[in-house]
Amino acid sequence: MSFPLLTVTAALPAVGAIATAAVPAAKKSAAKWLALTVSTATLALAVAVLVRFDPGGARYQLTESRPWIKDFGVRYEVGVDGIAAVLIALTALLVPFIIGAAWHDADEVEPSRPNRRWRPTQGFFALMLAVEAMVILSFAATDVFLFYILFEAMLIPMYFLIGGFGDRAHAAGEEEGAKQRSYAAVKFLLYNLVGGLIMLAAVVGLFVVTSDQLGEGTFSLQQITEARADGGFQLDTNIERLLFLGFFFAFAVKAPLWPLHTWLPNAMGESTAPVAVLITAVVDKVGTFAMLRFCLGLFPEASEWATPVVIALALVSILYGALLAVGQRDMKRLIAYASISHFGFIILGIFAMTSQGQSGATLYMVFHGVSTAALMLVAGFLISRRGSRLIADYGGVQKVAPVLAGTFLIGGLATLSLPGLAPFISEFLVLVGTFSRYPVAGIVATSGIVLAALYVLLMYQRTMTGPVEKPEVRAIPDLRVRELAVVAPLIALLIFFGVYPKSLTDIVNPAVEHTMSDVQKKDPKPDHPVADKRWFDYKPVDDHAGGDHK
Amino acid sequence: MSAVATAGAVPSLWTLGAEELQAPKIEYGQLSPTIIVLGAAVIGIVLEAFLPRKLRYGAQLVLSALGLTSAFAAVLALALTGHGSSKAAVAGMGAIAVDGPALFLQGTILLVGLVSVFVFAERRLEPRAHAARSLVDSFAAQPASVPGGEGEREATKAGWTTTEVYPLLLFAVGGMLIFPAANDLLTLFIALEVFSLPLYLLCALARRRRLLSQEAAVKYFLLGAFSSAFLLFGAALLYGYAGTFGYSGIARVVANADRATSTVLAETTGSDALLLIGGAMVIMGLLFKVGAVPFHMWTPDVYQGAPTPVTGFMAAATKVAAFGALLRLLYVVLPGLRWDWRPVMWGVAILTMLAGAVVAITQTDIKRLLAYSSIAHAGFLLAGVIATSRDGVSSVLFYLGAYSFVTLGAFAVVTLVRDAGGEATHLSKWAGLGRRSPLLAGVFAIFLLAFAGIPLTSGFSGKFAVFKAAAEGGAGALVVVGVIASAIAAFFYIRVIVLMFFSEPRADGPTVAVPSVWTTSAITIGVLVTVVLGVAPQYFLDLASQAGVFVR
Repeated sequence: MSFPLLTVTAALPAVGAIATAAVPAAKKSAAKWLALTVSTATLALAVAVLVRFDPGGARYQLTESRPWIKDFGVRYEVGVDGIAAVLIALTALLVPFIIGAAWHDADEVEPSRPNRRWRPTQGFFALMLAVEAMVILSFAATDVFLFYILFEAMLIPMYFLIGGFGDRAHAAGEEEGAKQRSYAAVKFLLYNLVGGLIMLAAVVGLFVVTSDQLGEGTFSLQQITEARADGGFQLDTNIERLLFLGFFFAFAVKAPLWPLHTWLPNAMGESTAPVAVLITAVVDKVGTFAMLRFCLGLFPEASEWATPVVIALALVSILYGALLAVGQRDMKRLIAYASISHFGFIILGIFAMTSQGQSGATLYMVFHGVSTAALMLVAGFLISRRGSRLIADYGGVQKVAPVLAGTFLIGGLATLSLPGLAPFISEFLVLVGTFSRYPVAGIVATSGIVLAALYVLLMYQRTMTGPVEKPEVRAIPDLRVRELAVVAPLIALLIFFGVYPKSLTDIVNPAVEHTMSDVQKKDPKPDHPVADKRWFDYKPVDDHAGGDHK
Repeated sequence: MSAVATAGAVPSLWTLGAEELQAPKIEYGQLSPTIIVLGAAVIGIVLEAFLPRKLRYGAQLVLSALGLTSAFAAVLALALTGHGSSKAAVAGMGAIAVDGPALFLQGTILLVGLVSVFVFAERRLEPRAHAARSLVDSFAAQPASVPGGEGEREATKAGWTTTEVYPLLLFAVGGMLIFPAANDLLTLFIALEVFSLPLYLLCALARRRRLLSQEAAVKYFLLGAFSSAFLLFGAALLYGYAGTFGYSGIARVVANADRATSTVLAETTGSDALLLIGGAMVIMGLLFKVGAVPFHMWTPDVYQGAPTPVTGFMAAATKVAAFGALLRLLYVVLPGLRWDWRPVMWGVAILTMLAGAVVAITQTDIKRLLAYSSIAHAGFLLAGVIATSRDGVSSVLFYLGAYSFVTLGAFAVVTLVRDAGGEATHLSKWAGLGRRSPLLAGVFAIFLLAFAGIPLTSGFSGKFAVFKAAAEGGAGALVVVGVIASAIAAFFYIRVIVLMFFSEPRADGPTVAVPSVWTTSAITIGVLVTVVLGVAPQYFLDLASQAGVFVR
């Protein structure tokens, strides 16, 4: 048996979480450094996963498989395809920055004297590492049951992060803030728990149909896909659709897709900026990732059946999220609604059922993670300086804090997909992929870009430009070294991938081809011949000889 | 038969019985768990009568622990020698079945009883009695005295303690051991009474809030008597139907295998009306003990009023015993009637899941909340019962094991949160408990998450097993109702967690008493079982699935 790299990558932050939680009360800065070290080491392991992953090799690599709960047909099965490898890297990449940005976030809830029992700093960073461990393992899980367990279990630490360490900068005062925070945490948990429980019914159903047809109930993704490929596993159309709906509902809550999105603005608004990044850039990606891996992989026909509705909902998400973002007065809620719009793009790309769309969606997950992290973390730095989340409380910040304003602008421009920055590539791919199969949907989605420019630039204009009228704004200091160290690498990455996306597309594309073959889809034949070399070297899955496309 | 005919006497049940009377043959080895526990209970009574007051506590404790442990060892020995599988048989002249489900449930009940003894034995929580400076437990100083009267004051002052709770617990456990193993209706009824009567008494023994406790006991007694009457009446009707009390005999008549056991009874037996009404009444009696809607009314009042250690014991062990009896009745006696009872049980299960979960939302008392949650869990268990498959049996067995330890642990935690008036059970007093005592609140949160069925806890494994069995048994709709009820239930479990962790502590809030090693070990066992059954349930699932076959 080879070295269990994936297990170790997921286990390291889990062990780190326990160690961090055990740090004595008086040594809270030791806890912070420990968490940062562990998450950095995890990043190194995630990079090792990327390096060891061979894009041209088998579909799932670095696989491990051990029996776990025989009666339920559950195995501990992990393995990565290109999509999972890239998302694990994204998670491991963002968490150290999130921890760095959250360095002082738990200080406010520290008791005045060190208390042996109540150690919020230790708890805060331990919870973050716990979330990281579960997210990484859920990306790696190729057993549906294992995935489900992590999908549900990660809600608990997330819930404590939102409810226990929320944003103190609340306009309506401390007491109202606590109420809002607890409301947001409960809303987050209930929405996701209900989604998860509906999925539980579908998971049970999956066990029943597999034990019916394969003789033994199984949750192994590989086993099911193989059995389907050689005809040993065929689902009744209605049952497949019901199971698909059960899974999709849970993922659509998590992603979040309109109309199941309403928990996100509350959760992101009330939690601290780093935790908000953890929600939208890391945890929510599990939802979109699972659509790609489980909905399409397990229920290809039902996915196709649901495509029109899902695309319509994704379009509504894009436009609705963007419109509401334009109207927000609260910076964090604005970014939350922008994220809803972006998740619409991701889901659109997945369900367009073209290889451009799906690799675009995968890249979108990564680049949205990085760009939102940059924008949200800088917004968080700004909010912590002024103690207010309202856009109207700012104005002219670029005069007193130019570096802060500049990084904020780059984060914003990435969010609106400016060419040259990474999100442009992914958004472009999603739109092209959608357009080639669903031209109308592609056109409607494009208007989301216009709205994105509106909400980002309006926010920038209102907060950063103009005269400095408020004395509190005049007192705003520029970015400190720690904060710059958090933001600068993220911006560097946005620029790097904006110029050289090939490094990622090479890893992602083979995985997307597998997914496309799962759903038995081929790209629509282009009207003009494809150029051999393009700047981001995109190779569509095509069958020029056959041409039996829709 | 011929003797009766030639004598020309009027054939009657009397002559029939007299003729067939034989000397009973008792398989002492196979019945040893029950005999040990009941024997220990009798010795406990003798100790209570003859030992000086000072020595009783220690003696009773040792006796109870020893009795329960050796009974558990006997169960283990029986199971290991194959009495649960290959050598499963009916013992005691057809009165008691010794088979997989019986041994599994007896083992569970014995462990639950043992952990309950630990919680009963806690004496560090109540303040010392002034004059005697002796340690007291959570049971009334002198149960016979009038609440608030002179006698009570003197007994409290003297620092008396009620050590008769231990023999009472042993008697209850003894009855519970017979209940799921009972293989005829009369044994079933007697076992029901043997475990119910001590429970009625135990409910009335709270040291604090004695009126509430006595009210609970009276309610429990009245409604319990009512349900016993149902069960007995149903048994009589079934006898009229089949001419026998034995499970296998009734089952044979239901299956039309032998129309009548004797020519004498041939004319009266086989009436479907008797069967349906009798079967329904027996099931009603059992559903009452299980706490299923619409027979659940007693649960919240009794859970709230009874001393918390007793509530924990009752909530865990009674459910195990009663579900065992229900399973045996439905799977052994009435499988031929499946198409009649399944629709009814569907209705009961759906009502129980939804009503338990919905009503729990409005509760403000932690013990009442847990009571309604136990009702909802009874609904989930019924979903597994309805599966009518071997998987159904083993999933219910596993769920019962998992659930009972979560319940024991949760109620043990409730005993620790106290203010001047005793246990602070009102939910508002639990606000901010996570700040004052993160460890205790964290442990309670684990139990609540297990109740809610969050993965990596035993509650999830159990729920998944039950839902899987139900879905395979063609009850997919029940699974959907089950997950909806779980979602509703999750709301109130999480509300308690919010209250503990995210609310500001109240100035007059309760303190968390530091327990002795007894309660600590009970809670630790609860947490361990909850986590182990959540993370690595395979061994116990195997155990349950090996134990999934009833002897007929």
